[in-house]
Amino acid sequence: MNMDNSVNYSQQQLALNQMFKDINPALSARQAGIESSRCYYCYDAPCIKACPSKINIPSFIASIHADDLTGAAKTIYKENIMGGSCARVCPTEILCEQACVRNKEEEKAPVRIGLLQRHATDNAEFDGHPFERAASTGKRIAVVGAGPAGLSCAHRLSLLGNDVDVFEAEDKAGGLNEYGIAKYKLTENFAQKEVDFILSIGGITVHYETALGRDITLDKLKEDFDAVFLSIGLQDTSSLYLDNEDNEMVINSVDYIKELRQATDLKQLDIPKDSAVVIGAGNTAIDIACQLKRLGTEEVTLVYRRGEEQMSATKHEQQIAKNHQVRIKTWSQPESIDVDDNGKVTGMSFRKTYLEDGKLKGGDVQFDVACSAIFKAVGQKMAYPETEQLIPTISNGKIATFHNQLTSVDGVFAGGDCTGVGQDLTVEAVQQGKLAAIAINEQLNASITTPTTSTIAPINAALNKALSA
Amino acid sequence: MADLSIDFVGIKSPNPFWLASAPPTDKAYNVERAYEAGWGGVVWKTLGEDPAAVNVSSRYSALYDHNGDVSGFNNIELITDRSLEINLREITEVKKRWPDRALVVSLMMPCEEQVWKRILKLVEATGADGVELNFGCPHGMPERGMGAAVGQVPEYVEMVTRWCKQHSNMPVIVKLTPNITDVRLPARAAKSGGADAVSLINTINSITGIDLDAMSARPMVDGKSTHGGYCGPAVKPIALSMTSEIARDPETAGLPISGIGGIGNWKDAAEFIALGAGSVQVCTAAMIYGFNIVQEMKEGLSNWMDSKGYENINDFKGLAVPNTTDWKKLNMNYKVVATIDEDKCIGCGRCYQACEDTSHQAITVTSNDDGTNTFGIIDDNCVGCNLCEITCPVDDCITMDERSTGQPYMNWMEDVRNPHREEA
Repeated sequence: MNMDNSVNYSQQQLALNQMFKDINPALSARQAGIESSRCYYCYDAPCIKACPSKINIPSFIASIHADDLTGAAKTIYKENIMGGSCARVCPTEILCEQACVRNKEEEKAPVRIGLLQRHATDNAEFDGHPFERAASTGKRIAVVGAGPAGLSCAHRLSLLGNDVDVFEAEDKAGGLNEYGIAKYKLTENFAQKEVDFILSIGGITVHYETALGRDITLDKLKEDFDAVFLSIGLQDTSSLYLDNEDNEMVINSVDYIKELRQATDLKQLDIPKDSAVVIGAGNTAIDIACQLKRLGTEEVTLVYRRGEEQMSATKHEQQIAKNHQVRIKTWSQPESIDVDDNGKVTGMSFRKTYLEDGKLKGGDVQFDVACSAIFKAVGQKMAYPETEQLIPTISNGKIATFHNQLTSVDGVFAGGDCTGVGQDLTVEAVQQGKLAAIAINEQLNASITTPTTSTIAPINAALNKALSA
Repeated sequence: MADLSIDFVGIKSPNPFWLASAPPTDKAYNVERAYEAGWGGVVWKTLGEDPAAVNVSSRYSALYDHNGDVSGFNNIELITDRSLEINLREITEVKKRWPDRALVVSLMMPCEEQVWKRILKLVEATGADGVELNFGCPHGMPERGMGAAVGQVPEYVEMVTRWCKQHSNMPVIVKLTPNITDVRLPARAAKSGGADAVSLINTINSITGIDLDAMSARPMVDGKSTHGGYCGPAVKPIALSMTSEIARDPETAGLPISGIGGIGNWKDAAEFIALGAGSVQVCTAAMIYGFNIVQEMKEGLSNWMDSKGYENINDFKGLAVPNTTDWKKLNMNYKVVATIDEDKCIGCGRCYQACEDTSHQAITVTSNDDGTNTFGIIDDNCVGCNLCEITCPVDDCITMDERSTGQPYMNWMEDVRNPHREEA
């Protein structure tokens, strides 16, 4: 991918960039050379099995080692067109790198697969897009939502010779890569560069600021297109169900991160100066806590009602928080949001918790944490547009999917966070988009009415031809 | 504390580590730094007739291993490019200042007796301990009828060696070229000519690689290159093999050997000595890491000798020679089979991949419920080739274990499967 960084930044933007330097800097060519030599090129490689998008990791590492970055990047993009952002945001410590056999030997250090993937995707040079589209099938597919799942699906559909219209509610594509991932993980406007790279395959038209239920309806899309892929993500945040939760200094973390990600000047942000409390235990909680520290908030306390073991943020993420000097308080549940007579947030009260017969109970000990802002990061929910007439089956608050991402509605597929399959990882969204695209293509172009039950991407002639181009 | 000192064909040295004739021994400045660092001796960079050789700019290239370390080294430098007079003067001064260190002078002259006679007298006058005849340089000099051009013709080797013995009282070491089919022939010729010792190997004709943009080998001199002489760790196996050939050839057995080729640490040195070398010469490792490496070499060799109870170099010199034999004398009734230690196995499957694709399909793979694989050996299929052991990245995970066949020693000459066997 073209990593042209010749953007003209304003002084404010530069100051902000300085504050949010890459948390995991790229490998130098020399480091990548040495690191790539550590791969054992395993038989039936565990890292591939652990990769949700099934990238042939030993193969791309071997290509890096043989100075073929083009080949390495193609191997990555073949399975995961967002290999660049996944290299940066994947929790590799619970995926490929956890599976690496080198954890088991005396060296106790996995090959740094994520950084090698980044090395390949950052430095490979292509004359145009790496893949050529297959001959046109004449089919048109609608993709709703231009996040990782939608973009991945659109790209694969285009690759297979279909034309795609992507409908995006925001004014930029990229989804959480653009609006939700911590700023220090995707630096230098990477999300938009990646979007441009994906779209450079051609055959994809993005309609911005076009939202399902407001500007378009699933009914109409079904009528106008041969198939529909829903990747609408999650729109709503969970509540603490406490008084004063509507105070302006009780903030949804995802909203704040979105503002931060789009900000070009620190002055655009309302930054708590002395202290803030973050409620939650997932990666969003860690992200907001660390970003507040970087923005200059003196004391950030992350509070979770259970223990470190139960936190959905990985150990690696927890360590990042500790490195940012975020204070983590576990076994503490929020009781009240404290506000003074002027309506200003002054702190939060908590009750210590404990487990009894597997159930969380409130104990006798209470404590307060003074703060001027509270950031909620207790999960997100899907808010399917209420105005819609045609609604696929919703299960556990998310769109139910069956074999190869098909929903309950014929010709309508779904993927990404709105489906609730997996752990809401970018790489899972990419894989779901890819599998849906392959299934849609099969259904439309091979007259197959039931998508294949195989979880392995079916190989067809067009795919092979396109990928070997 | 083991005694590392040696007496090599009358040349005394506090340790067996000598710097080979090469750029590191080009002049007094380098040689004295080497002695200060602790080297037991040096072979002074090859002297020739005046006018001195002239070198090109861009002289070395290398082959690198996976970590970017130099595994092979290539040079197109000629013999000394300084005048005979300067070299002789410096040799005299250095030997005077460092009487306890070995100082051997390397020589390369045209094949004319008078020329050799003249230079030998001059070298003898310096007080040097001996001469080494450079019959091995594979680049540049052979085009002028010297170096490997002599070393490749046993008759010339014998002739020049004889002149040297006739016209000097110094020990004569003949340096052999590996660029030859059978190294025993020039070794025998050297012995016939009266050589006190041979040293080997000189460098091997080499091109380390092609620059695919410039479409030229390296080192590049104005867009063109030429083959050079190869040395460094990569040539050690070739050097060891040739050393063993001379050590166990009945015609040259006992002829002192100075071992050269890829020696970079005490273990390499011990291996050459085990194959019969009485001194060892080092160049590439010093060129990459500097002279101080001799400290660890001496220390390591000494510690290892102590651990083995060897009091001096002679105690283990040549001990591996009787165990280096002809293929036809190997025991056909000996059998080893691979064993995989499941506790140590990390599941990389390299052994399976290698055996299945390229060897004898003697490894099974069993998929476990957790997605990992377990590998096992099919004893009946295993031929004991060691490939799995070699591919395995874990120390002592795959071992080659001896299996009793219940049969006595029987070599190929006695084997009924051999249609040409020699009946008892």
